[in-house]
Amino acid sequence: MILEALSNAFGPSGCEGKVRRVVLDAVADKVDEVQVDHLGNVIARQKGTVYPAFKVMVAAHMDEVGFMITHADDNGLLHFTKVGGIDDRVLPAKVVRIGKSEIPGVISMKPVHLTGSGERGKVVSHEDMAIDIGVSSKAEAERLVTKGDYAAFDVAFEELGAMVKGKAFDDRAGCAVLIALIERGPYPFDFWPVFTTMEEVGLRGARVAAYRVTPDAAFALEGTICDDGPREKDISPTTAVGKGPAISPMDRSVIADRRLVRLLIETAEAEGIPYQLKQPGMGGTDAGAIHLTKTGVPSVPVSVPSRYIHSPVCMLSKEDLENTVRLMAATLQRITPEVLRADRGGEV
Amino acid sequence: MRDTIKKLVEAWGPSGAEHRVRALIQKEISGLADTIRTDALGNLIALKKGSGGGSKVMLSAHMDEIGVIVSWIDEKGFVRVNPVGGVRPLYEVMGRVAFENGTVGVIGVEKMEKPDQVPPMQKLYVDVGAASREDCPVRIGDLGSFVRPMVEMGDRLTSKAMDDRIGCAVSVQTLRDLGPSPHDIYFVFSSQEEVGLRGAMTSAFGISPDVGIAVDVTGAGDTPEPQLKMATKLGAGPAIKVKDGGMLATPWVKEWMVRTAEASNIPYQLEVLAGGTTDARAIQTTQAGIPAGCLSIVTRYIHSPSETVSYRDVVDSARLLVAMLSRPIE
Repeated sequence: MILEALSNAFGPSGCEGKVRRVVLDAVADKVDEVQVDHLGNVIARQKGTVYPAFKVMVAAHMDEVGFMITHADDNGLLHFTKVGGIDDRVLPAKVVRIGKSEIPGVISMKPVHLTGSGERGKVVSHEDMAIDIGVSSKAEAERLVTKGDYAAFDVAFEELGAMVKGKAFDDRAGCAVLIALIERGPYPFDFWPVFTTMEEVGLRGARVAAYRVTPDAAFALEGTICDDGPREKDISPTTAVGKGPAISPMDRSVIADRRLVRLLIETAEAEGIPYQLKQPGMGGTDAGAIHLTKTGVPSVPVSVPSRYIHSPVCMLSKEDLENTVRLMAATLQRITPEVLRADRGGEV
Repeated sequence: MRDTIKKLVEAWGPSGAEHRVRALIQKEISGLADTIRTDALGNLIALKKGSGGGSKVMLSAHMDEIGVIVSWIDEKGFVRVNPVGGVRPLYEVMGRVAFENGTVGVIGVEKMEKPDQVPPMQKLYVDVGAASREDCPVRIGDLGSFVRPMVEMGDRLTSKAMDDRIGCAVSVQTLRDLGPSPHDIYFVFSSQEEVGLRGAMTSAFGISPDVGIAVDVTGAGDTPEPQLKMATKLGAGPAIKVKDGGMLATPWVKEWMVRTAEASNIPYQLEVLAGGTTDARAIQTTQAGIPAGCLSIVTRYIHSPSETVSYRDVVDSARLLVAMLSRPIE
């Protein structure tokens, strides 16, 4: 599956080249136009068959959270800063790859034997960690790695029964769905699939891509927060694995267009596709940047529930991934300019 | 004007679901503008064309109010909610919330470990009278707004959603009272202000005005130990914004307001607000930059169900705008 190549590709925010290569190889001969813009976004187009002037942009971001090397110390250890939101608790003793040639490294950690019980209860700041690449001097380290090199988690994609595991499902899962949608095209409207950059550092690629495309409506595809483990309190898991694509009525960055939310729900119910409503208010998406472009773009995020995102390894259900493709493909077959001329009232 | 205010503040319209407020305003201003349209983000934009030789002016008052959104329904039918905009749980506990389909619920709170602790949003739930998840009349993603009808206390009016339906009422009144004007005036009733000035951002881009004025509420510094230390008072006239947490008013726009108030014998006060901001910030930073200012209505207890204003200030705010817009800008 394409998700394997996407997940294994190295691509922290601002360094999406290898992911872009996978995307371009997969879609270049299936679209009418494709361009890479100044911020590295892949902007493709499949011309519409019925409403050629009605533009719908579907975005998924190529970048993942990662690190940037700030300096090598006298012992050859690499100090780093974070790129995007990573919890320091997930870092110790994790394997990473660094720079263009993907040098392997391990994030340092003091052994349990030497850790006092008081210390064990505390979170070590990433500022007090370093990446060990197996050298013992600054000069050796600087021969292999340059200040400003990126680093990313190094976890191989793998199938686990009905689930898959791998790094960066946020948002390579969205990229995989978008590639599948391109394969199922063309659509009645003018379809603009956009693989964006730098989402994890502030929706930066989507902002300029949407400015260029100026769509009439937009969908942002995501691999999103899922907290469906056992819990004491009967409160939202945000999303749950196995319950289908998650439609977001609202997140931190956008209040979804009510008519698009309604269209997704009606489509899922008519087609018998399972779906869930994501806990409102959690996380931000490219839809946050897209909907505020120029005079405004009705937008909605749709996500594949993914456990443990922003950590070295995520898990998702193959069925959820497939159902997200089904829901989006069916919704895109139904979207018309009329949908956006409709009243915004009603129950959603 | 009191009738219009009552209708507007009691209307249901959390951010992203302003359609009822929009319909209400459309009715109030019908026949008064040359064109009226709704844009992609739900902003209502009414244009009153000028006689020529004037400027393109944008007024912006936001239709949305703070509220809640359903995040989960538990097995016993209790509803969990997340905030929409700057909700302060302390102000809402044991109050009521109304959802779009008419369902009303009581905002309950779980036992706090320390009784004097301010509850976080996660400790609140809404009891809509359901006994199970299955018979609960709302679903995840449904929006709710707080319930509190308007009460008149002499010159003072108190209600939920004065922020910013009172600004909408001032804009509506301005449109009603405005005689001939050289300016093309865009009366924008904006959406999604409470979640980040989103409607003003896109409407300002579309209009690309020569100057923008937000009409919004600001804090009052005239109560015992006020939340905000500021010099503003209820009943001392419209507040002309100098700065807030997100914007420095364009000096000539501020001066335009001051000069007009003095020439028209309208009382005014100058406003320096430490935190918060208004649609004026979004307008000011649109495209290549647009001169912008804000006319504020001093309001006590902002973001509570009992936001309180002085009616006299409200009337004077509309008078000031009419005076400003009736002649060329010097």
